[in-house]
Amino acid sequence: MAIPLQSRLPKTYRIKAIQQETDMVRTFTFDGSLGARPGQFVMLWLPGVDEKPFSVAFDNGAETKITFFAVGPMSEALARCSVGDLVGLRGPFGTCYEWKPGQHIALVAGGYGAAPMYFVAAETVHHGCTLEVFVGARSKEHLLYLKELESLPHVSLHVATNDGSEGFKGFNVQQLEKMLEAVQKKRKNEKGKMKNTDPIDQVFACGPEMMLKAVSELTAKYKIPSQLSLERYMKCGYGICGNCVVDPLGIRLCTEGPVVKNDACVKIEEFGKYHRDALGKKHTF
Amino acid sequence: MIVPMNLSQTILGVTFENPTVLASGIMGITASSWRFVTASGAGAITTKSLWPQEHKGNVNPTIISTEHWMLNAVGVPDAGPEKARQEIGDFMKDHQVPLIANIIGLSASEFAEVAAAIAPLKPDFIEVNISTPTFLKLRGKLFAEDEGEAASILTAVRKEIGKIPMFAKLTPNVPNIGQIAAACVAAGADGITAINTVGPGMAIDLRSRMPILAAHKGGLSGPALKPIAVRCVAEVYEATGGKVPIIGTGGVYTGEDAIEMMLAGASLVGIGTAVADRGIDVFSTVCEEMQLWCTNEGVDNVSDLVGGMHQELQQRGMKGTSMTHK
Repeated sequence: MAIPLQSRLPKTYRIKAIQQETDMVRTFTFDGSLGARPGQFVMLWLPGVDEKPFSVAFDNGAETKITFFAVGPMSEALARCSVGDLVGLRGPFGTCYEWKPGQHIALVAGGYGAAPMYFVAAETVHHGCTLEVFVGARSKEHLLYLKELESLPHVSLHVATNDGSEGFKGFNVQQLEKMLEAVQKKRKNEKGKMKNTDPIDQVFACGPEMMLKAVSELTAKYKIPSQLSLERYMKCGYGICGNCVVDPLGIRLCTEGPVVKNDACVKIEEFGKYHRDALGKKHTF
Repeated sequence: MIVPMNLSQTILGVTFENPTVLASGIMGITASSWRFVTASGAGAITTKSLWPQEHKGNVNPTIISTEHWMLNAVGVPDAGPEKARQEIGDFMKDHQVPLIANIIGLSASEFAEVAAAIAPLKPDFIEVNISTPTFLKLRGKLFAEDEGEAASILTAVRKEIGKIPMFAKLTPNVPNIGQIAAACVAAGADGITAINTVGPGMAIDLRSRMPILAAHKGGLSGPALKPIAVRCVAEVYEATGGKVPIIGTGGVYTGEDAIEMMLAGASLVGIGTAVADRGIDVFSTVCEEMQLWCTNEGVDNVSDLVGGMHQELQQRGMKGTSMTHK
């Protein structure tokens, strides 16, 4: 299969706007589109510092947005950037979420996974989909994109925080499980349809790997198709270096991923167990 | 009924179902990756360069490209022999295609050390990387620039690997690749891999005025490399009298590219950068394209192509390519 046209040479863009989302999370807006689809990523280059993969938080054909968590040397340096500074982008790379018009889809977003999930939500509702969006974070101040998600039509928002400071106290996957359970019971008892108990056609998830693992197991148990956004260390972003290959399938998360259908995810033995560093050494989660 | 032409060859006692070889440095870190490439049709796989100890690579950006070329300055990262033992051991349990272990070091003794660690894993060939541009940063020059240095590395490796066929991987960045190849063969190389990346090259971002690669410079591969690779393979074939197998590597994208490389003298054809442009199935695609071309042209065995240009020149009473600078 030939690889679609993409930019494999970074082009620098000036930061057009900076939105402070939470203490640690910022969104940069760049003038210009890379033609990214929801779930795809770009390699973001900070000249003189480093280059790393980032999920595209939004691309409407005119502007591109990246939401990031200042957690390591690269993203901390990025967080010190101002409007007008130059940042290189190349891509978009990888697979995207796939849906059919009119589907009832559950989106599960953990931490800053809420950013790409908002991109998915905005596109899917445009195609007549109805959404159950499960947003989870450690606590209230780490919740992202709630206002944006609430502003979309056909979206039911379900919020969970680990400490209970907002919404359900616990994990968003627990809320998803309750819904899937309710849907199953409802469907067994009566054939009539009701809001929130319509069958869920598919589940999309983006967030920490242990959350994804839980979504994988849950959707396999309820026999609902799911698509999960997996993450591994990357160098090239387009299928050459082999750093993001997962055991034992050998697929590259930059090319056959990052969005992987759950029937493949369940065959990835390292999923939820370990990942590899720049040298290919294993590290457990 | 058309009988499909035969793509298989036995080289130095090892059978290759088809002439395509995953080039070193591409997709080559784990057994899972090698199996994925094997399933995609590669006739053999080459590991990423294996060091005698852990070796850190460069900061990103390390790999960038356009449709004409790719520049890489990955810096040859590797976790060292323990990981190599695990991954090669895993792959060799049920390997469907030959495995070529590519080794690297900073001195003859380092090469000997890694060779001694890898040989017991019984790779089908050992490819000695004396030509990575990373040597320019680490020691100022490549071993493959100098006949004596190249020979001393190969002699040291040979002592550690018994009868495992040994290939020397050469650089195009010399005026006399034929002479270097002949020196390698005299020092015990059973075959030559030609070529490593050319350059290094550089790409600058206009707005930031910064070199894009973190290491500033990187080896150039991809389509732009092919004519240089074809010329180098032809010179190596001529200088070694067509007596040793050559793995021709550099800018091979299509079946016709592979055939051209074989006419220049290659028995096997490395594919690397094309994985990005034509997809992971490039190996089976190139084989299908070779089959089609050979069937149309009445070539029954792929081995009949090897060195075809030299035979043609000879038949016409013309001298060899004679491009080797003396």
